[in-house]
Amino acid sequence: MPFTLRFLQATPRKGWIALALFALATLALLPLSHIYLPKDSPLHVSNYAIALGGKIMCYAIVAVAMDLIWGYAGILSLGHGVFFALGGYAFGMYLMRQIGTDGSYHSVLPDFMVFLDWKELPWYWTGSGSFLWAVLLVLAVPALVAYVFGYFAFRSRIKGVYFSIITQALTYASMLFFFRNETGFGGNNGFTDFRRILGYDITSPEMRAILFALSALVLMLTLLAARYLVTSKFGRVLTAIRDAESRAMFIGYNPLHYKLFVWTLSAMLCAVAGALYVPQVGIINPSEMSPANSIEIAIWTAVGGRGTLIGPVLGAALVNLFKSYFTVAFPEYWLFFLGALFVMVTLWLPDGVVGLWNRLMKKGRP
Amino acid sequence: MSVASNQAAEWDDAMSAGHLLRPGLDLSHKVILYLDDISVSFDGFKALNKLSLAIDAGELRCIIGPNGAGKTTLMDVITGKTRPDSGTCFFGQTLDLTRLSEPEIAHAGIGRKFQKPTVFENHSVFENLELAMKADKRAFSSLFARLDGEGRDKIADTLKLIHLDAESERLAGLLSHGQKQWLEIGMLLMQEPRLLLLDEPVAGMTDDETERTGELFKSLAGKHSLVVVEHDMAFIEQLGGKVTVLHEGSVLAEGGLAAVQADSRVIEVYLGR
Repeated sequence: MPFTLRFLQATPRKGWIALALFALATLALLPLSHIYLPKDSPLHVSNYAIALGGKIMCYAIVAVAMDLIWGYAGILSLGHGVFFALGGYAFGMYLMRQIGTDGSYHSVLPDFMVFLDWKELPWYWTGSGSFLWAVLLVLAVPALVAYVFGYFAFRSRIKGVYFSIITQALTYASMLFFFRNETGFGGNNGFTDFRRILGYDITSPEMRAILFALSALVLMLTLLAARYLVTSKFGRVLTAIRDAESRAMFIGYNPLHYKLFVWTLSAMLCAVAGALYVPQVGIINPSEMSPANSIEIAIWTAVGGRGTLIGPVLGAALVNLFKSYFTVAFPEYWLFFLGALFVMVTLWLPDGVVGLWNRLMKKGRP
Repeated sequence: MSVASNQAAEWDDAMSAGHLLRPGLDLSHKVILYLDDISVSFDGFKALNKLSLAIDAGELRCIIGPNGAGKTTLMDVITGKTRPDSGTCFFGQTLDLTRLSEPEIAHAGIGRKFQKPTVFENHSVFENLELAMKADKRAFSSLFARLDGEGRDKIADTLKLIHLDAESERLAGLLSHGQKQWLEIGMLLMQEPRLLLLDEPVAGMTDDETERTGELFKSLAGKHSLVVVEHDMAFIEQLGGKVTVLHEGSVLAEGGLAAVQADSRVIEVYLGR
């Protein structure tokens, strides 16, 4: 089984140990404590903590996806929020249908459609009541958007800052499109007020714990798959294209196919993260597609360290933990702080937190 | 993956693209590269002006010419980077290079060394050669590709040939200028090309390195065809092949080095009126 062997070897021993510990905590200890320990126990994991943790792990998946395309392929996307939001909306449609007739208007239609005086579901809501169809949409729609967008951008050899600007335009245009009530996705209110998944209460401790554990599982699988990818020949070709594209072309690699593959994969990872995120935070609206959100994704990756896989996970966690404190303590200054953070990391920590750690470790050893 | 099946896959690719009538390179007329009446202009400036050139299979050809004569543009046209405004450019009898992309041309068997040595600086010397090695280079295959013993042997042989066997694990970015030139030549050889285009291959090399490079090129001629663009006359003399002089985008003179150097038009171009 050379493939299995190669897969196992892709992650070093220390990585497997860290992963096992992480799995133990996120798949067993924390969820179980949330469900079974009494609320006044000091070891009880609160609603707030489990939701924050789940949310941050979704962000971490996005940061790793961003790292694949930015750190390894050298393509800075400032529109990754759009794929995250598309995944969220695709799963949100299912969540809206799961409300059934429990909405304010007691109609089978989602509330916003009743409000618009629509009599039946638009054609693209066909099948949205099925969980499997929702999962398929979560994967297929962002993949298709990314593939078509990427095909034209990479075939025209659009690179660097030009590509970044176009991705900003992509996410901004999508945001405006989703803001419209006629689009059929709830306009500026988006989707909210979710009740159930597969018929089970979405606010129950069990469901929260499952969503939390599922986010952790997807994060770990993402890390393993990404690790395999970047240590394979594919990964070496990808960094070769990043560093010297014409050299790579003249030895026979077609950058279009390599970029397109990793770009589409990255978009799909974001979409899965978005689909996990929406039931945990209970809302999805077009502001997820605002240009600033996508820039924030790039900042997580930069803070953690581009071109390392653990870096973006740490970056997403650090920045968001800080954000949840900062936006409560000094709500008006968060964006200033975020901007300053990005400037500082760019100037002094080009390799992020992981780069700093590596440098300190090297200094420690003679 | 065996070499035979790789080749079959490449041929299938080229066949389906409709550029190749028969598998393999057709050298039935002994000419490996044939350019006729090629013109390229950039914003009105004629970089190549009705240029015609034929390289025989196994030949070692040197191309000289003052700055701006069109040497690099010529390389760009052959490797698919620049499309000519008019004219034909054939590899063997059947491959129309003006219709192939850069990677397709590389697969067809043309390797190119840039004027400025270009290697993958963040990869080790070994990895540079591994990436260059003739193989199935499609994205999906690379995901599951594994280096076999035969591949390792080939890389080891090339490392010896380019005198970098001691530097195998070093990052290519840390090599000296001359070593990078050698590495790039090694990468070209790993591609097993039929035709090598070498743009100023000995620039920045010591005399000793230059001479060794000359020996290497001479040993490659015959099995491969080489086109060398150089300014170093001593090096061209060492190579000893036919010389083509370019001037203002077309061929000014062609022949042995001594004959070309004695040509009054060539002297005029190089020394001014």
